Amino acid sequence: MATKQKQATAVEKKLIGLADIVVQSAERSKDPTFQIPIRALSNVSFNERKGLIEMGSKKQERSFFNVGMAKKFMQTVLVADALSELQRADLTTSLREIYYRTKHTIKDSHENTFDTQDESDPVIEDLEVSLAALREELHVRAENSGSIVGPVVFGDDGDRVDCSKLGKGGYSVPSIVEPEYLEIRRCTADFVLLVEKGTQWNRLSEDKFWRRYNCILLTGNGQPPRGVRRLARRLHEEHRLPVYVLVDNDPWGYYIYSVIKQGSINLAFESQRMAIPKAKFMGLSSADPEQYELPRNVGIKLNEKDIARAKELMNYQWFQKPAWQAEIKRMLTSGLKYELDALANKDFQYLTKKYLPKKLQERDWLD
Amino acid sequence: MAKKKESASETESKSSAPRANPEPAATKKAAAKPAERVTAVEMGARQREISVSEFFTKNRHLLGFDNPRKALLTCVKEAVDNALDACEEAGILPDVTVRLEVVPNGEPVAPSQATRFRVTVTDNGPGIVRQQIPRIFAKLLYGSKFHRLRMSRGQQGIGISAAGMYGQLTTGKPVKIISRIGPKAAAHFFEVQIDTKKNEPLVHENKQIDWEQPRGTRVTLEVEGKYQKGRASVDEWLEQTSIANPHVELIYQTPEGETKEYPRTYHELPPQPREIKPHPYGIEFGMLLKMLQDTKSHQLSGFLAADFCRVSPQMADEICKAAKVSPDAKPRDLKGPVAETLYKTLQETKIMAPPTNCISPIGEKAILSGLYKQIKGEFYTAVSRPPAVYRGNPFIIEAGLAYGNRPQDQNKPQQPAMPKAEGEYEEEDSELARVIRYANRVPLLYQQSACSTFKAVLSTTWKNYGLTQSRGALPGGPMVIFVHMASVWVPFTSESKEAIADYDEIQKEITLALRECGRRLGLFIRRRERAASEYRRRNIFELYIEEVVDACNRLKGGKLPKEKLKEQLQKIASSRTGGAKTDETLGKTGAGPEGLPHSIIVTAEGVEGETALATQVEADQATMAPTAEPDSLGDTPSVDEPVSKEKTAGESREKKSPKGAKAKPSQIALFEAPDRQDRRDRPNKPTRVSKPRGKK
Repeated sequence: MATKQKQATAVEKKLIGLADIVVQSAERSKDPTFQIPIRALSNVSFNERKGLIEMGSKKQERSFFNVGMAKKFMQTVLVADALSELQRADLTTSLREIYYRTKHTIKDSHENTFDTQDESDPVIEDLEVSLAALREELHVRAENSGSIVGPVVFGDDGDRVDCSKLGKGGYSVPSIVEPEYLEIRRCTADFVLLVEKGTQWNRLSEDKFWRRYNCILLTGNGQPPRGVRRLARRLHEEHRLPVYVLVDNDPWGYYIYSVIKQGSINLAFESQRMAIPKAKFMGLSSADPEQYELPRNVGIKLNEKDIARAKELMNYQWFQKPAWQAEIKRMLTSGLKYELDALANKDFQYLTKKYLPKKLQERDWLD
Repeated sequence: MAKKKESASETESKSSAPRANPEPAATKKAAAKPAERVTAVEMGARQREISVSEFFTKNRHLLGFDNPRKALLTCVKEAVDNALDACEEAGILPDVTVRLEVVPNGEPVAPSQATRFRVTVTDNGPGIVRQQIPRIFAKLLYGSKFHRLRMSRGQQGIGISAAGMYGQLTTGKPVKIISRIGPKAAAHFFEVQIDTKKNEPLVHENKQIDWEQPRGTRVTLEVEGKYQKGRASVDEWLEQTSIANPHVELIYQTPEGETKEYPRTYHELPPQPREIKPHPYGIEFGMLLKMLQDTKSHQLSGFLAADFCRVSPQMADEICKAAKVSPDAKPRDLKGPVAETLYKTLQETKIMAPPTNCISPIGEKAILSGLYKQIKGEFYTAVSRPPAVYRGNPFIIEAGLAYGNRPQDQNKPQQPAMPKAEGEYEEEDSELARVIRYANRVPLLYQQSACSTFKAVLSTTWKNYGLTQSRGALPGGPMVIFVHMASVWVPFTSESKEAIADYDEIQKEITLALRECGRRLGLFIRRRERAASEYRRRNIFELYIEEVVDACNRLKGGKLPKEKLKEQLQKIASSRTGGAKTDETLGKTGAGPEGLPHSIIVTAEGVEGETALATQVEADQATMAPTAEPDSLGDTPSVDEPVSKEKTAGESREKKSPKGAKAKPSQIALFEAPDRQDRRDRPNKPTRVSKPRGKK
């Protein structure tokens, strides 16, 4: 608990630092300005040695007395205030609650501090980046939208959670999984299987796949939220478990895999704590339909967006490995994408009984 | 009133004029096409003259009696036009009373349901001599205005008799007239009808009566009609009449029993228009032939010099020489190719434009006062163009604008300061501008889209002046556009005088006038917007400073010297926004209505500009505009420099060089440069916080 206290004050100090900038600038008759690292493709680079996407050093200035930025500046200070309130009260909250907490009509006007949540969310991300504080450290959580099942025991608020005894529903992964909040008490699994879709995770959980192969099943229902990524990373780091990723065979699946592996562009500053450079791409590969004799009629024609996105991926630095170029090209050549669910065409339990066992046995994955 | 042909006052000018010849109608028509054999003799027996009255009985739509609603308006209009023409010609400031009454046809009915009305129009004009009354009111194409080139509301001498004829046709009732030419003379009462076959008046009643008025005319018509308010109604027409005729005291008693008063706000009569001779450019070949026959001159050169305007004896000789005709030739002998050469020569010779003092424009001041009186707005401006000529007829275009909402009205809807929920936004106004059109001071309510004025409004690029405008549509915004054409002969597209024909020269003049109005409006809007946005900027900072200081204070655990921080931030804010500049842009520091000529600006603090015109009462306190341009006709500046007469309000930035499309960029450049300079010059100038006077 001591560490927690110390960290919280560190973040709070950083937040108070923003107020100091304002006060000091005002004293020197200077325009108060915050430096905010840019969160865009233009400001990230791929560190090949570490296998991570890293944020560059480009910063944007956000100054108060600039008509275009004045409102954002004011919003930033308001959010900082709300975040420090959380620190002091030692509460966690959601993005939406922060939006409501900071929303009010400015005195003598018809103007609201925030009109929609779309305005407050980026401000929070801006603060994460510029203060180099993780969202968890800011006490902001996302929705719980991940599930885990398998031979692992957590300590959550003093409760013992044994994920091998939670039926087929598993444990709902909290948004904040830092050691202060979630303790991994015991873990006997051999690997982690991170599944894109909740439906396929249910299939595997129902079939008790994790028991036969002694693994942890994890899903983030689509693009995995931070909690799921961070938990996978902790299992990988603290318990040396290899992580395998199972996604649909489409550009979005590839990107989910890349986010888990190298980190995302938007949250590049968190890659170091989130990314799992050694994660492996288990499937669905564009080679699988042939390998597993999936009929062509269960494929879906790639639409224009898919094609554009696939081409974009091919240009990303972290997709330059020949195997990956071949993988994406193969998909583009076939003109088809396949969902994991399509495996049910062969058998309801095809994924559990044939596909995954074969993949694991043949160590058939991409890096 | 009813002075359609002011015959009382003038006698001599008619002597030379040919007898009213019902030109448009009297063309002989062959009778039905023979399906079976009919001899020429039989056909000849059927061929006879058609009386103009008969013609118009069948074609009453040509005169504006198409439907009961429009017919009622036409009756009022003809009677009022005549009343005003008569008063003005006699030099009397007109007091006109219009009364509409429902004539119960059995059961009493609501005005909106009634089908029969009594229209009574009373004026304080010169009256009509007894002998002329029947013919003026019950003979078509009888009048004083047709044969002269002189600006007047009426032109043909059809209107009031046509209205009478319409009444006769729909109700069978005669026209009743009371007229008195002076306090010493007796008032005469007449009841007349028209003999439609002969186009001659039938007098039913003729007696002397007692009348409370010392002088004037009252005409009463009973007609079938429909009373409806709104667009193109009698109410609208009278209101618009009062805008263009602020020298008229108008009282309107509605069928509903309400009395609307349109007080006189301009106490000068418009200058008397003068009669002119035709200009050589304005006549057609046939007309020339006719003039050659009718002239009293015995020599060609004499004829040219005497019967045309702007042809001097010298020039007449030159024309004759160029046309290779002897100046001494008898005009009557000129025929065929010789006459044609003469006509061509006339058209090719460089002749001075016709004199333009024959036209009496409303004048910028009067337009302003009319607009100000009737239309609620924030900005008013008016432009009288220098005279121009189409087909040898001089004319003047005047345009005006009333823009915006009065400040007190602006504030109203904003009062309930309800915090807005997510997804709630301010509603946008999608109102379109309204065009009010006039010809010789008479409002035109119908056929807007056929009218040259309307086309000119559409073809003007209002976007240049800070307004919105969709393709081929009227500009958007709370605005009334006023266009007036004054001419000795307004070219209407039809006899019912609803739309002005589309001559290039006219269109061009209207466009120039509108552009000048637009430029002034643009300046006004831009300055308002800039001031408002500057204000908003400062305002934004001020609002946000509060928020930021509060948040910082909370972050610092409530230990911050809040007031000090606030002051420091406010200081930075005002050094970074316009500071004193804003007040200046709002026109607070300068004198007059922001250097805009012939304009009125209404603000929350009061009225600026040519207010003396707007409200005689306020004349004393009002700051007069730095304009005071005499509205005389003679010394108006050249045609192509519409803004040259603008006086600058003492600041170089007010100067503009409006040359067509180039005007805009140069204005912007002129405006921006001093801005920046100002900021450099006095970066820390303390500011006076001002409220924005423009729209938010």
